[in-house]
Amino acid sequence: MQDEPRPDEILSRVANFLKGAATRESGPHISFQLRVAANAIEICQRQLTLAPQAEAEELARLRALLGSGGDLPTLNRELAERIRSGALTLESPGLSEHLWATTLAKLAVDQPNYAGYRAALAERSGS
Amino acid sequence: MADDPANAGKSVGEIVAERLSAIARQRFPGAEGVTGVTRLTAGATQEIWRFDLQQNGTWTPLILRRTPGGAVVERTAASTSIGLDTEAEILKLVFAAGAPAPEVRHVLTPDDGLGQGFIMAFVAGETLGGRIVRDPRFAEVRPKLARQCGEILARIHAIPIDGAPPLKRAGAAELIEQLQAGYQATGWPRPVFELAFRWLGERMPPPLQQPRLVHGDFRNGNLIFDETGVVAVLDWELAHFGDPMADLGWICTAPWRFGAVDKPVGGFGQREDLWEGYEAAGGQPVDRAHALFWEVFGSLRWGVMCAGMIPAFRAGDSVERGVIARRASENEVDLMRLLAGKGAV
Repeated sequence: MQDEPRPDEILSRVANFLKGAATRESGPHISFQLRVAANAIEICQRQLTLAPQAEAEELARLRALLGSGGDLPTLNRELAERIRSGALTLESPGLSEHLWATTLAKLAVDQPNYAGYRAALAERSGS
Repeated sequence: MADDPANAGKSVGEIVAERLSAIARQRFPGAEGVTGVTRLTAGATQEIWRFDLQQNGTWTPLILRRTPGGAVVERTAASTSIGLDTEAEILKLVFAAGAPAPEVRHVLTPDDGLGQGFIMAFVAGETLGGRIVRDPRFAEVRPKLARQCGEILARIHAIPIDGAPPLKRAGAAELIEQLQAGYQATGWPRPVFELAFRWLGERMPPPLQQPRLVHGDFRNGNLIFDETGVVAVLDWELAHFGDPMADLGWICTAPWRFGAVDKPVGGFGQREDLWEGYEAAGGQPVDRAHALFWEVFGSLRWGVMCAGMIPAFRAGDSVERGVIARRASENEVDLMRLLAGKGAV
């Protein structure tokens, strides 16, 4: 067992350092790069925290939707193929719900402040 | 030119300044030279320099756009961007048609010793999309911008293509084929992109009867604004002959709203104002389904571009490309709102 602090705690501290003290001490070009670096670290931090459960749920949904087994890449390839061929459409039971859940889970990791994501959350909670 | 022994020990800026002064004296009557030569960008596809032309006792701010390091770039059939010489020709046509574009003052020749490119007027104003959307400076003009964009596009699309340089013809079918190839090259399954390709395939516009000059990247970020509105349309590298509705859809695509998702046109206006301006200035009547087709295409296009950053991220040392690749999912949520959402977005 690895000792504490956990990776997500360490990454959170590194991101704060990059956005705070490091940015204050640097010029405009580097401070932009530091913001990008902090953003990248925060993506990793959120993925460590959120993805295990989100991907377990995605896997369960894909198995139910496709009626087949396999890992996430295999099942996502199969889903992509069935949508491309027209075998699955937005009218197919469960597809729209699955794509919404998967997309929102990705955004929660990638860009939780994206305006389109916030709007989608508001629209869906209002339904 | 860097290999010329006469240039030993000189910086690129000094060499560019010397060459620009020589061009000024040869090509601009009464010109004494240039001052204040400053590089504005270090882009991978081109360099942009600003300088002042000293002529008959006045100083005129000008812009030099040229290939990186003044390299001579051969265009191939596979090139999607048009090259600076062609871009200069297009800018001249657009300027002559009364649409806002920087006036081209000189197209570089081999004798000029600066590589490929051109000199154009410097247009003062703001290009940062977020400022157009939020800065109080633009509060008064903001409600007029969508209509202005429609009027400008109508003027661009009315330019007779017979007199234009030979650009690629690309309608919906060709552009979707390019996009599909870009998506396949990523080798990563994206069910939402598949859904969008399928949706587009089922709604293909009929083959083009009359291809128009299409800007190809008409969006907030490629326009210069001041307090009176749009003062210049920039970045014509993706110009082609194609479906004029592509330009009307692209400026409404979600990534170019800079957070103002309730204002589809560039984050500053409504689609109806864009369309009314377009029709009032002589553009063809806007079919809403046709415009939506190009908006969905736009989200998918930007999504594929983001996802396509991964090889460059892995090959280079830029963090930014990796973060841009992680923005592909933003387009997935935008596409879901368009295709499986609860009403207009």
